[in-house]
Formats: sequence, C-alpha cells, structure tokens
Amino acid sequence: MYQYTAFDQTIVDERVAQFRDQTARHLAGALSVDEFRALRVQNGLYLQKHAPMLRVAIPYGLVAARHLRMFAHIARTYDRGYAHFTTRQNIQFNWPELARVPDILADLATVQMHAIQTSGNCVRNTTTDPFAGIAPDEVVNPLVWAELIRQWSTIHPEFAFLPRKFKIAISGAISDRAATMVHDIGLVALTDGSGAIGFRVAVGGGLGRTPIIGTVIRDFLPWQHLITYLEAILRVYNRLGRRDNKFKARIKILVKESTPAQFADWVEAEFEATRDGPTRLSPSDVEAIAARFTQANYHDLPLDDADVVTFAAASGEFARWQRRNVHAHRVPGYAAVTASLKRIGTPPGDITADELDAVAGLADVYTQGELRVTHEQNLVFPNVEKRALPALWRELHALGMATPNIGLIGNIIACPGGDFCDLANAVSIPVAAAIHERFESLDDQFDIGELDLNISGCINACGHHHVGHIGILGVDKHDEEWYQVTIGGNQGGAPNDPARIGRIIGPSFARDEIPDVIETLIRTYLELREHDDERFVDVVARVGIEPFKERVYAETD
Amino acid sequence: MPKLIDRHRLLDGLGHGGWITFTGNAADIAPGSRVLLPLNELLEYGETWRRHVGATGALGARLTGADDPASVLPLFDDLALIAVEFPSFADGRGYSIATLLRTRHHYRGELRAVGDVLRDQLFLMARAGFDTFALRDDQHVDRALAAFRDFSVTYQHAADRALALAA
Ligand code: SF4
Repeated sequence: MYQYTAFDQTIVDERVAQFRDQTARHLAGALSVDEFRALRVQNGLYLQKHAPMLRVAIPYGLVAARHLRMFAHIARTYDRGYAHFTTRQNIQFNWPELARVPDILADLATVQMHAIQTSGNCVRNTTTDPFAGIAPDEVVNPLVWAELIRQWSTIHPEFAFLPRKFKIAISGAISDRAATMVHDIGLVALTDGSGAIGFRVAVGGGLGRTPIIGTVIRDFLPWQHLITYLEAILRVYNRLGRRDNKFKARIKILVKESTPAQFADWVEAEFEATRDGPTRLSPSDVEAIAARFTQANYHDLPLDDADVVTFAAASGEFARWQRRNVHAHRVPGYAAVTASLKRIGTPPGDITADELDAVAGLADVYTQGELRVTHEQNLVFPNVEKRALPALWRELHALGMATPNIGLIGNIIACPGGDFCDLANAVSIPVAAAIHERFESLDDQFDIGELDLNISGCINACGHHHVGHIGILGVDKHDEEWYQVTIGGNQGGAPNDPARIGRIIGPSFARDEIPDVIETLIRTYLELREHDDERFVDVVARVGIEPFKERVYAETD
Repeated sequence: MPKLIDRHRLLDGLGHGGWITFTGNAADIAPGSRVLLPLNELLEYGETWRRHVGATGALGARLTGADDPASVLPLFDDLALIAVEFPSFADGRGYSIATLLRTRHHYRGELRAVGDVLRDQLFLMARAGFDTFALRDDQHVDRALAAFRDFSVTYQHAADRALALAA
C-alpha cells in the first residue's frame, strides 16, 4: 500500500473545505447549475434521476482494509447499505443526499480517500494491472509510476478544463491487463537492453461512440521524461482538441483527424521544448515515492503446499475455484485470489456494507490488509500464502464470493445502466442477470471456457462492450430498449493476443431475446471450435462473424 | 462591468483598470489610451497604434484560446499587458496559453484573465501564471480573494513556481 503523508492529508482536507463552500453557495443560489455542475463532477458527484451518485477514487485500484471499512460506514450512514465497484477501479454510492456529500467527503478524508477528478473533463483516476507488483510476467512494477501520475495529475492547474475526460492506463507486464490500447494514453513500462526503465506510449485509444485502438507514438520513453511527455500530450490536446462538439472532443478524434503522425510531431516538438525542465524526474523523486509503498512481508515457503494439493484432489469444488480464481504469484508459495462479485441475484460489482467489513477482515488475516479492485468489478487478495488457500476459500464461500467464474461467462461486466444512470438507453443489470441465470451451470461455464461478456447501457461504453468477446449495447429505438450484439472484441493481453474492437452481428434485439441469442452464439462456437483451448474469440478470429450471424438470425426469425 | 483584482486586493471595482478593448472602431479610442488589441490587429497595425496612444498611453494584447502565444514574443517589450480570454469558464485553453507565456516565452509583465472569470477557477489561474483577474461582474470580491488560499500545498510544478524561481 502507498502510505499517504501529511501533505496528501492537507490536500484532501482542503479539497473537502473547498467543496463544502461550493455546495453551500450552490444551495444558497450563488452558484448556477452549470457552474456547480463543473465543480461537483470533479468531486465525483452526479445528480441523477433517482438520487445523486458519488464516485469515490481508488487510485490505481489499490485499497486497504481501513478503506473498505470506511466504504462500509458510508454505505450504512449515508446510503442504502451497499456500494458498487466500477469498471474503472472506483467505487460508487448510488443514494447519497446532496447536502450531506461534503460530510461523506470529510469522512473519506480521514482515511486519505476522496472523489477528486473521478468525473469531469479532466485527468481521471489512472488505472493499472490488478496484479501489479505480484504478477510473474511483470517486467516493471507500474505502481510507483501510477502514483507519480496520480500526484502530478491531481488538481493540475493547466489541465482541469480539458475538451473532454481523459483516462490514462499503465501496465508493466508482458500481458497487458490494463487495456492500455483503449485509453486516451496507454503506457507500458518496459526495460531496454541495458535494463533501464522506459515507457511505450500509445495515444488516442478509446471506446465510446468511436471505438479506436490507440497508436504508439513512442516505443521507448526514458523514465526521467514521463511527466514532461505526458504534459506535452495534454498541452497539445488542451490547445487543439475540439471544443465545438462534445462527441468529437476526445483526444482520439484529434489524433485521427490530424493523423497520428502529425499528432506525434506536435507532441515531440512540445516535448523537445520542455524536456530538461523542472518536470524531469530524478532518481530521488522516484525513490521517495517507492519508499512510501509498504512491502509485503514474504516468508520462505515451498512452491506448493502438500496439504493443499491433497485437499484439491479431494474437493472438486475447491479444485475448480483454484483453477479459475487463484492466480500465479511471482513469489514461490504465494498466490493471488480473486473474490468474485458476480453472483446470481446481485448486480455485477455490487457489495453490501457487511460484506465490505467482512472482506476487510479477510484482508487483515490473509493479505496484510491489502486488496485490489479490478476493472472486471471483482476484488483481488494479492499475497495469499498457498497453505492458507483452503481456509480463505471457505471464508469466501460463506460470503458467496467463491464462485469459480473468473474469465468465464458468469463473470459478466455490466455498467449500472438504466436502473441507475440517466444517460442509459436501456437497462444492463437485468440483462446480465438473465444471461447469468441461463448459464448458471458451472459445468457449462467450464465447458465454454474463457469468455468475456460485457454489457453497456449506452454508447458511453462504461461496460466496455466493444472489447467483450461478446458485447451487448443498449440502444434506443422508438423509445424502446433494444440491444445490439458485437462479437470478436478483445481486451487483449498477451503479445499474441492483441486488443480488438468487436463487430456488430446485425440488427438489434429485444431484451427478452438476448439470452437465446447468446445461447445460439455459444452453441455455434462449441460446434466450430477445433479443440477445447480454442476460445470463443479465437474462433471468431478464425472464421469471421458470418457463421454466427447466420445462425442467430435464422433462429430468431 | 467586471471587477479587477490581483491575488491580494481589489484594483478596480468598476472596470478594467483603465484599459479599453479595441472592438473594431478606432475612432472610439482617444490618444493617450491604454488599449487592448486582438492579436491580428496588433501584428498588423501595431506601429500605427503605438503612435496613436503615444507616450502617455499603452498597448496590450488580448489573446483568444486559438492564438499562438509565440506570436506575441517579438512584441513583449512593447506590451504593458497581455490579457487571455476565457469565453466560458469551462474552456481551459487559456491555462495552456498562460503557462506557455510564463514558462516557454518568459513573459514577466502583467498577465490578466478576462471573460468568464469566476471565483472557483482563480486558484488554478494563478498557478498557471495569471496575476490579475477581471472577475465577471456578478462575482463577490471578498470570496474571490479567498480563493487564492483554497490550497496551501500543491503536488506539481506549474508556472507559478517558475515565476517564483525567476523572481
Ligand atoms: S454505459 Fe451509458 S448507461 Fe452505462 S453507466 Fe455508462 S453512461 Fe450509464
């Protein structure tokens, strides 16, 4: 965990005071609706049809037990007893009361948490690999760099009113688990031949209305220049990005319209003019940040624990969980564990106050108080001793968070959709529930194998439907809810598994047709696959969308 | 009328501190005036304007978000003021223009934010290098002056630190 200092505390406290004053002025009529809107969204506050929604930042998804307990307290005291983890490693409260939001922020500030820049046309929470620092395929630990970016981007005076929102993702492993190619800036930390650290820099990726895979504009940016280079990109975008049309205001449109080569030239020129200025990082800048990350206290453990191996042989249920929800760790004898928040009858990513407290307790016992939030809306226990796996499994089982569905169709990603969100064309959660029920059988899920199914309630794509192997998008047709289906999208990961935008299979469907459509897609896949390891998305890549399309429309006619 | 402040006090409760903005009719502007000119006007007719305002007057540049601040660089010695326009508080281009003027082009003269200048953006504007602020007329001066103390610490380097270091 990153240990915040008195400096960080001062900033969050002063931010609360500032927002308290802004809210009071707004309630007194001294701050217009539009003016207050621009300020409240930069403090994570949306005003929506049912109630306000408050999005709290979880910087790069790293969270401590005391933070979870604070979330539980807020859910109980100011909300309806639950909260929702988002696809951007943040947490949302759906029912706070506007006048009490400053109090919520003050409570959060007691554990150095805040809602700064979780919305609005500014640099948002930087996201990263949920297995940062522990993945066996990691080349560079991205956490230190993510924290540097957090500090640099927090209340940055030049970039608080950009043309549109701005999202940065960073990964440091061979497999990109941070979806860097679909972010405004995607950074991959790597090393050169001499072992020096640098970043591959991609710009202009994104989902939403115009899904685009980013363009790499720098293959290797030496680490000293990270902040200077980010400023160069942001400055070019802030000055030249379109402000005349909200739908064309993201950096991806500027990159596309000006051409990536031209955009890169502008950035390089800006960078050259500033490269050895005050934003150049020194080793001591980086060491100071690195020193504030507490290190997990690892013991010398055998690679595998004999008792656990025996237990797995005896308990099929445990063995399955181990296969899907337990992940390799770079330290021998340790594992990472995903607690699944994808449960029948509960919206994806939702968690109650009692569950937050319970998970915090487990983090204290099993992972030195640390947890990660994933963009798949689950929680990761980062450093579990393998010999403790059966015990943790039993505990998670009791909480209903041990369903072995990570990477399977049961692990549906869904945005809050029409049940909560004003922008939605259609509901997402009931669709996720219907699909989940149809594929409730774990035997079926295991047979189908790896499959990402992502649902967004509108083109804003908070559910990342474009990069789901199967994507579902809510659309509005004559004031009715319809759903468009894409296949072949891929968040990407390993070097031979690039990110791809899914293709629409054809006209949209009514809500009640969706489970059948998904079932037909899957049956078609099962017939077409050449072996068990060929994933749904691999088959689509091999045969194209036609065979799927034919079957689906033949059967729904 | 706007209210002109700096980081510490009210400078002019009823206007632009004696500056007038040229909006197309030169006949309105008396010799000896302090005139803010759009960039094109300044680049094209700067000499004529200089003679017109004379030794008792002064010239200033009024930049929009689309202007390239590098183009006023040769005129720095001639300018008593650079004003940067915020057509709406949500249009953040002016922050980059101010930053470039202060850090890249080392402009040390008065740099003023004009237009939709509101209390809640002042802290950021000051950090980006502005030193005077023509507040929108509905803004409360004392509340605005308090805005410069919204934060006692900041994370990142910005033009205000560059100015402090150069001072
Ligand atoms: S995708 Fe649309 S409906 Fe879903 S949360 Fe985002 S804005 Fe709302």
